[in-house]
Amino acid sequence: MSEETLVDELLAGKHRALARVITKIENRSPGYRRLVSQLHEHTGSAEVIGVTGSPGAGKSTLVDKMAATYRDRGETVGIIAIDPSSPFSGGAVLGDRIRMASNVGDMDVFFRSMSARGSLGGLSTATADAVKALDAFGKDKIIVETVGAGQNEIEIVKTADTVAVLVPPGSGDDIQMLKAGILEIADIFVVNKADMDGADRTVMELREMVQMRSDSPMAGHHGADAMAIDNADPEREDEAGWEPPILETVAKTGDGVDAFLETIAEHTAWLAESGELEAQTRQRYEAEIKTLLRDDAAALLEAEIAARGGLDGYVDRILTKETDPYSVADELIGPIEACVAERRDQ
Amino acid sequence: MSTEHEQRTIRCLVAKVGLDGHDRGAHVIARAFRDAGFEVIYSGLHKSPDEIVQAAVQEDVDVLGISILSGAHDTLVPKIMAGLEEYDAADDTLVLLGGIIPEDDREELYEAGVAAIFGPGSTMEETIEFVRENAPER
Repeated sequence: MSEETLVDELLAGKHRALARVITKIENRSPGYRRLVSQLHEHTGSAEVIGVTGSPGAGKSTLVDKMAATYRDRGETVGIIAIDPSSPFSGGAVLGDRIRMASNVGDMDVFFRSMSARGSLGGLSTATADAVKALDAFGKDKIIVETVGAGQNEIEIVKTADTVAVLVPPGSGDDIQMLKAGILEIADIFVVNKADMDGADRTVMELREMVQMRSDSPMAGHHGADAMAIDNADPEREDEAGWEPPILETVAKTGDGVDAFLETIAEHTAWLAESGELEAQTRQRYEAEIKTLLRDDAAALLEAEIAARGGLDGYVDRILTKETDPYSVADELIGPIEACVAERRDQ
Repeated sequence: MSTEHEQRTIRCLVAKVGLDGHDRGAHVIARAFRDAGFEVIYSGLHKSPDEIVQAAVQEDVDVLGISILSGAHDTLVPKIMAGLEEYDAADDTLVLLGGIIPEDDREELYEAGVAAIFGPGSTMEETIEFVRENAPER
C-alpha cells in the first residue's frame, strides 16, 4: 500500500490501515515520517490518558474496565499497551491483551501491544506517533498503559494529558514505587485491589505524600519550565493547582471505575480552564522537535563518521597518544559547524 | 535529512481457539519465539475465531500461530481465515497451525490458506526457521 492510500484509508476508518501505520511507526519503516506528518493536521481531538504502575498492580484489568465503560457511553477507545522486551534476544511476550476480556469482538476498541525494541529513547517517540495515528483515526479516548519502572516510562506517559498511577495495597513502608519520580507525574493516584488488606493504609500513606508534596517548594508537576512559573507566583499554585486525588478501585469487579473516569474528566476540564492543556501541548511539541533533532543530528554524525572510515582509526591514534577524544570530536564536528554557520548567515 | 534506519521485528500472535484447554504447547512456542527475538502476543485460552481475527488485525502480526488440540480445526480455522479476508489481512499474514491435525484434514486446511502445519515431533528450530524464511515482506 502506498503512503497516500494508507493515510486515506486510515482517515476513512479502516482498521487494517491504522494497524499498518502503527507497524510502520514501530519499525521506523522508510517513509514513516511523512506518514506521521500527514496525520498531524487530523489530530488534537482525542483525550489521552496514561496508566502506569508496578507489575501486578492491575493496570491491564483496570484499562479493560475503563474501555468497557467508555464504550457503554458510546465513545471509541484506542489502547497502547507497552511491555518490556528482552535486552538480550530483543524478543518479547506481550501479554496485556489477555486481560482485555470485556472488549473482545468490539472493533471500536483498538488495542495495540508495543514493546521497547531496544532503543529506549525511540519508544517514547513511537508511542507519541502511535497516539497520533489513533487520534487521527478518530478515537475519542486513548489509553497508554505501561509498567512504571523508571525514566523511560515517565517519558512515555508524558504523551498523556492525564496520568494515573496505580498503587497496589501494601506496597511497602515508603511506597517503594514512588521513589523513581513517579510521584511527580501522577495527576491521579489509584489504589487498585482496594478490597485487599492494607488498602486503607496505602491510601493514608499516599495522602501524606501528596500533602508533603504540596507543602514543598518543588510543587508543580510539569517539569522545570512549569516549576519556574509556579515559583515566581506561589499564590497561583495554591488557587489553581491540581492536587492529585487518591481513589480506590477494584478493577476485577469494576468497583470505583466510574468515579475514576469522573475524576479523569474533572482533570481534563481543569487542564482546559487553567490553560495547562495548552502549556502541556506546547511543551510536548517542543520536546518532540528536540528529540527528532537529536536523532537526526546523531544520524548525521554517524554518516560522517562512516564516510571517514569509521572510528577505529581515530581510536588507534588516541591509543598512541597522537590525539585525544576531545580533539577528535572537534575535528568531526568542525566541518558541520562551519556549514551550518555559513548557511545561517545567508 | 531523515533517519530512517528500519528496526523490523517479526510479530507473532500465538492463539488458542475454541474449547481446548491444552496450552502447554502454545506456551512453549511463545517462549521459543520470544527467545528467537520475535515479539509474541499470546491470546490466552478459549478465544473465539472473531477474537483471534480482531487481535491479528489490530496487532498487525506477520505470523498467526494457531494451536488446536481439540479436533475442531475443520470449523474454526476456516472461520478465522474468512475473518482475516474480511479485513484484507489474509494475504500478508503467515498462518501456521500446531497441534493434533490428522493427515486427512490437512489438504483442506492448506487450501483455506494455512501455510504450514506443525504436528507432534516438530522441533522449535524448524518452526522458527520456517517463520524467518516465510514471514511476509511488507
